Amino acid sequence: MIKMNRITEVFQSANGPILNVYTTAGYPHFGDTMQVLEALQEGGVDIIEIGMPYSDPVADGETIQQSNQAALDQGMTVAKLFDQLVHMRTTIQVPVLLMGYINPVLQFGVERFCQKCQEVGVDGLILPDLPMAEYERSYQAIFERYGLFNIFLITPQTSDERIRQIDSVSEGFIYMVSSASTTGAKTGISSDQEVYFKRIDGMGLKNPRLVGFGISDRGSFLKASTGASGAIIGSAFVKLLGQAKDIRSEVVAFVKGIKGMD
Amino acid sequence: MIQEQLSFHVNEEGYYGDFGGAYIPEMLYPNVEELRQNYLSIMSDPAFQVEFHALLKDYVGRPTPLFKAERLSAKYGTNIYLKREDLCHTGAHKVNNTIGQILVAKRLGKNKIVAETGAGQHGVATATVCALMGMECIVYMGAIDIERQAPNVARMRMLGAEVVAAKSGSQTLKDATNEAMRHWINHPVDTHYIIGSVVGPHPYPDMVAKFQSVISEEIKAQLLEKEGRDYPDYVIACVGGGSNAAGAFYHYLDEPRTALIAAEAAGQGVSTGHSAATTFLGKPGVLHGSKSLLMQTEDGQVIEPYSISAGLDYPGIGPMHAHLATSGRAKFFDITDEEALEGAVECSRLEGIIPALESAHAFAVLGKLGATADEVVVINLSGRGDKDLATYQKRLKLND
Repeated sequence: MIKMNRITEVFQSANGPILNVYTTAGYPHFGDTMQVLEALQEGGVDIIEIGMPYSDPVADGETIQQSNQAALDQGMTVAKLFDQLVHMRTTIQVPVLLMGYINPVLQFGVERFCQKCQEVGVDGLILPDLPMAEYERSYQAIFERYGLFNIFLITPQTSDERIRQIDSVSEGFIYMVSSASTTGAKTGISSDQEVYFKRIDGMGLKNPRLVGFGISDRGSFLKASTGASGAIIGSAFVKLLGQAKDIRSEVVAFVKGIKGMD
Repeated sequence: MIQEQLSFHVNEEGYYGDFGGAYIPEMLYPNVEELRQNYLSIMSDPAFQVEFHALLKDYVGRPTPLFKAERLSAKYGTNIYLKREDLCHTGAHKVNNTIGQILVAKRLGKNKIVAETGAGQHGVATATVCALMGMECIVYMGAIDIERQAPNVARMRMLGAEVVAAKSGSQTLKDATNEAMRHWINHPVDTHYIIGSVVGPHPYPDMVAKFQSVISEEIKAQLLEKEGRDYPDYVIACVGGGSNAAGAFYHYLDEPRTALIAAEAAGQGVSTGHSAATTFLGKPGVLHGSKSLLMQTEDGQVIEPYSISAGLDYPGIGPMHAHLATSGRAKFFDITDEEALEGAVECSRLEGIIPALESAHAFAVLGKLGATADEVVVINLSGRGDKDLATYQKRLKLND
């Protein structure tokens, strides 16, 4: 029986902009992963993106780098993350993506990694340093065998031709990077960026888009969502986690604030 | 047959055997793709070649001599030549590549340069050509390296470059490279990234190897004049990322009569946990945009390497060298700090040349080579030792 991927379901049933929140696994403390996931869901998040910490995250700015290093220092590994997520689907209904860099996945073993993802109920992957050509050559068949959507990034510098290629191999959604930057480097959405979102919106792509990078509050979330199906918050949320005194209540309040449900 | 002959060069997809490729985030794709589409046509343009070779001759001081090291030859009972890259302007081979890349950057319409540096040699070579061409220059350098390599930091600043401390991770070369890549992500339109070694996403390893290949091009002509044949029996070079070795090996990759010998930094020894000998300790992995051999944990986290030489303590190695190592085309030796120091003393006292600590690793191979009286050995003396005097003073107790 073919089950619909939870990501597809969210985009089909959404009324209002979709909120995807990134959180680093094993952060702020090693054992916090599930608690953060549950609080995100309780607050009303639509999609959760779990970052697998890496020693050299080149696409990430300072905030996420530091959370990665803190998690690694506390002993987080890919194998331990799967242990933490083993009963995830008893409480978490929203789609879950794993985000990370290709090297830890290679070392874990690509096939074994995908199998584990399917076992614990992961719906898709975001691997920024796995480019389309390599994906098609060596990974696509394995990802598809385990029902995993691979989410690709596009930026304001990505050509229309390449966007169409990315659209054709994408499933779920396309991650639209709001500006040329690493994560958390710039905040807010400018009018230039809104023009870019609208340009992409007018291309008639088969996949919906979520906007990421530079989204930190309800204002930027709504602004980004006018030219896309929703947006992704990463650094602003990780910053909150780093300072949180009571994770559950503060995470719930943060998500509700973004979604406008407070 | 032709395919077999070419198998040690990069293929059209940017691979050397199983190694290479371009594992980069989409934010870097337009820049790297622009470079990939244009580097070969730019480099083969006759006007580019004229400008490049004129600068190598009149600015860098090429061709560098191929010097017969008589006393070293007598000691080891063979015929040893030194390729004097230490006599290049700025004191090392690094400038061959920075001259080439800044000319490429100009033709791509870029007016700003970003670079990473470990010991500071590549940073100095980059700051030098930026001053020459009037381009803005930002060099990322690990915060720890900035402290360890104060003279080179001062040289870069004297040349007008901005030196930025990389404070992430282990605060050394790998983190400086991360920061330079992040800088490029944040400044995609007007900036070119001059990578200093045969690492990074395709086409960097091939482009840098081609710029450095002037080393073996000259060796061929010089050896023909001195020995009546254009190939040696052995070419020895030190390998961190591997740019001087790539240049010294390049025109001999498909010459079966020449053994390619690489000296890797074993630090305190390959099994001590304080080493940078990537082909001995690494497994296939992806770092800084290419698949190669990589020192890493079981979980795929990159391990911080150690070597007495700041130019060799990189946890990866160029994909070309990973292929040369795993295919057996090149023989790799693990040379410890102590052996390198002995090599440096020997070169200094027998030939009157103080080598860089990196290059000293290549000299330490001589005693393990078993070269015979009718054989010819070329050592690529990649840099001069001035920058390492503080280490030599301390480790060799020169002031006691």
